[in-house]
Amino acid sequence: MNASSLRRFGQVLLIPILAVFSALLVGAVIMWIFGDDPIAAYRGLWNGAFGSARAWSTTIRKMTPLILTGLSVAVAFKAGLFNIGASGQFIIGTVCSVAVGVNFEGLPAFIHLPLALLAGVAGGVLWGFIPGALKVFTGAHEVIVTIMLNYVASLFAAWTVYAGGTQGQTPGPLWDRTAGAISRTPEVFMSARLPWIFAEPYRIHWGVAIALAVALVMWWVIFKTTLGFSTRTVGANAKAARYAGINVRWITILTMMIAGGLAGLAGAIETLGLNHRFAPEFTGGVGFDGITVALLGQTNPIGVVLSAFLLGALDAGSARMQFDSGVAADIIQVIQALVLAFVAAPMIIRQIYRIRKPGDQVEATVFSSGWGR
Amino acid sequence: MNTSAIPVLEARNVTKIFPGVVANEDVNLTLHKGEILALLGENGAGKSTLMNIIFGLYHPTHGEILVNGQPIVMKTPRDAIKLGIGMVHQHFQLVPVMTVTDNIMLGDESIRNGLLDRRAVAARIRELSQRYGLEVDPDAVIEDLPVGVRQRVEILKALYRNAKILILDEPTAVLTPQEIEGLFDVMETLRRQGESIIFITHKLKEVLRIADRIMVLRGGRVVGEADPKTATQQQLASMMVGREVILTVDKGPAHPGEVVLGVERLAATSDLGEPALRGVSFEVRAGEILGVAGVQGNGQTELVEVITGLRKADSGYVRIGGVDMTNASPRRITHDGRSSHVPEDRHAYGMVDTYTVADNLVLNQYYLPPFAKGATIQEKAIVEHAKTLVETFDVRTPSIYTQGGSLSGGNQQKMVVAREFSRPINLLIASQPTRGIDVGSIEFIHNQIVAKRDEGVAVLLVSAELDEIMALSDRIAVMYKGEIIDIVERTGATREGLGLLMAGIKHEAAQ
Repeated sequence: MNASSLRRFGQVLLIPILAVFSALLVGAVIMWIFGDDPIAAYRGLWNGAFGSARAWSTTIRKMTPLILTGLSVAVAFKAGLFNIGASGQFIIGTVCSVAVGVNFEGLPAFIHLPLALLAGVAGGVLWGFIPGALKVFTGAHEVIVTIMLNYVASLFAAWTVYAGGTQGQTPGPLWDRTAGAISRTPEVFMSARLPWIFAEPYRIHWGVAIALAVALVMWWVIFKTTLGFSTRTVGANAKAARYAGINVRWITILTMMIAGGLAGLAGAIETLGLNHRFAPEFTGGVGFDGITVALLGQTNPIGVVLSAFLLGALDAGSARMQFDSGVAADIIQVIQALVLAFVAAPMIIRQIYRIRKPGDQVEATVFSSGWGR
Repeated sequence: MNTSAIPVLEARNVTKIFPGVVANEDVNLTLHKGEILALLGENGAGKSTLMNIIFGLYHPTHGEILVNGQPIVMKTPRDAIKLGIGMVHQHFQLVPVMTVTDNIMLGDESIRNGLLDRRAVAARIRELSQRYGLEVDPDAVIEDLPVGVRQRVEILKALYRNAKILILDEPTAVLTPQEIEGLFDVMETLRRQGESIIFITHKLKEVLRIADRIMVLRGGRVVGEADPKTATQQQLASMMVGREVILTVDKGPAHPGEVVLGVERLAATSDLGEPALRGVSFEVRAGEILGVAGVQGNGQTELVEVITGLRKADSGYVRIGGVDMTNASPRRITHDGRSSHVPEDRHAYGMVDTYTVADNLVLNQYYLPPFAKGATIQEKAIVEHAKTLVETFDVRTPSIYTQGGSLSGGNQQKMVVAREFSRPINLLIASQPTRGIDVGSIEFIHNQIVAKRDEGVAVLLVSAELDEIMALSDRIAVMYKGEIIDIVERTGATREGLGLLMAGIKHEAAQ
């Protein structure tokens, strides 16, 4: 790495770092206004995220799905698409993986587990294909369609586990018969569960290894393959992509399918590794957090891993923070939202810290190119 | 011309230093009342910086600006406007959905009883248009007006603010030959009425036709002044570029071979849903250049788009090398048709601004060996390729990793040309290949086009510059309202004859 690329690297990191710093600062001011002690709060946050082996394991556990949903949003950004649907794709991935996991008793693990994971990916791929195809063939904007599909996914998931009402309505196909009036699925069979790397009390499963490997693969695909070149060209200048002979329609659909598959995999891993079942209350919140992760990570897969780690740590430390300092854990949500606001509007950060836009860099703002096309 | 009195505008020893770049060095300029001063220079010669200093957008590092003999300090363009300096930018600063009146009063609104006084403004506009011969309907909406008229609105905007000094930045770049004549008439009227004009351009013929005095900038310095009565295009070009420039393209007779591109009764629709091509037929043979002339907007853009696969044909045929390529994909036309395309709008189609020069140089070949091996990109091959092309095509860039969008216009075009000319082809489609670039680069690109022809490539050249068409073509097709009104041999063609055809008038004398 020579001097100029090192400087570039520094510039890429500068905005995200300052965004996080500013968000923590504003968070401290808010706590101070309400009479809380921000220093105690942040000490608690730090201890909860990194203070012990348990704390570290929580951070890693929280990071794992965020890597994949962050990649989902980031990959779509590369093609100029704004995937708000990681949440719905995550839910469908969960439903499909559980559907396989609670059936096929007696299958050997080396078949059952991959099958359940693949089912999750396939569900996500389908959930990404729909908005991609609708955009290409009807011009429907992917933002609107993915938001709508989030609702469809969430309600569909609830229906599959419906326990049946007092009037004897039909229960959902994934309902746990042993649960009485409670709507939930049974636990997936042992053969479909992701094994632990570190078992109780750390509860770190092999999903984290899968997520990191997928991030590396996505980095390679985006920057080192012809498919990645095509995708980035479509995102940077769709007209030039057409001129260059790239099939823009196909790339649009394919990218949405990949994005959906990544979020679907996140859902599958979270369920097969950790929860082993789902109930209708569960939401695809990590899907929405994927937007923050992707933007904070500058839509680069390696950056996504770093920002997923950071957001995972914030999440992991929040309980300890509340316990130690009495500051409600919800302040973490406020800080996360501030991080998103600052990275989405880098102009604010540039204004506050008087950073000049580097002269020779015509940075494509992924945000604006994702809209109105 | 009145040179006795105090100059209306003077720049004394103006130097402007940007971090790492000296944009203007010790520039002296005087402008007298009722004078047209032409400022000539290549892209990057410092013309724009100098004008931005005079218009109050930049502050000089050293030196001073005097208006009517008084040294002045300008903080913003508003100060410049107050001092009677008006600027007409190359890219118009008009709101398309608003009327002429609204656009002209924007930022300087007349108000009566708390409401906009459109009637008074419109009356003033009518009076100004009459005095200066700038025919404009104050109630017309900008987006309905042709480019030439929009430019008049820009000039009126400056006059409405009592400009006595007008800066026209490359005003002819967007105009048809007829509109250019119209602009020159207006400039002559303005001069007669005592206005002073700084006319920025890199077109030599225009300078000699209209200017009272010529100042040439190169590398941020004034390299000389010239008198249009005695100067020649050759001298001016040499001053601009700093070396001898061959203005006429040196080319031998064509040796046409077999038909490479055949277009038959082609019809297509424009973006607005109107017929843009109405049954166009022609052939281009190996080893010849067919020039397509015509006033812009007569279907040339759509013709190139249909041939290159970027727009669907409604009916008719495109054959490349005898193979039917009607509505084939751009990749098939490039690859199987062995064709290259220098697109009209390089920013929209020809390049990706955020990509490095190296990546832009493989924009439509990245999937082919040696740049790709299977599914993986071979960076080493791309870098080697870029190094060679930057060298052979003299693309001036700090490095091959520089973003394409940060190069100057001429170098961006050279980058596109390098990519399109460097692979083995049978057909070259070049659309406005030298638009908005400097003399040195034009010479280079013209020679490359002729070299391709001599290698046996069939060349379809589309250009709005009649001089370019005349200089390069072996045969000339003239488009008018979506049809080819006539195809003539270069040897028998005259400017006047082609001008008539471009206006849609066809009679035997034109041939």
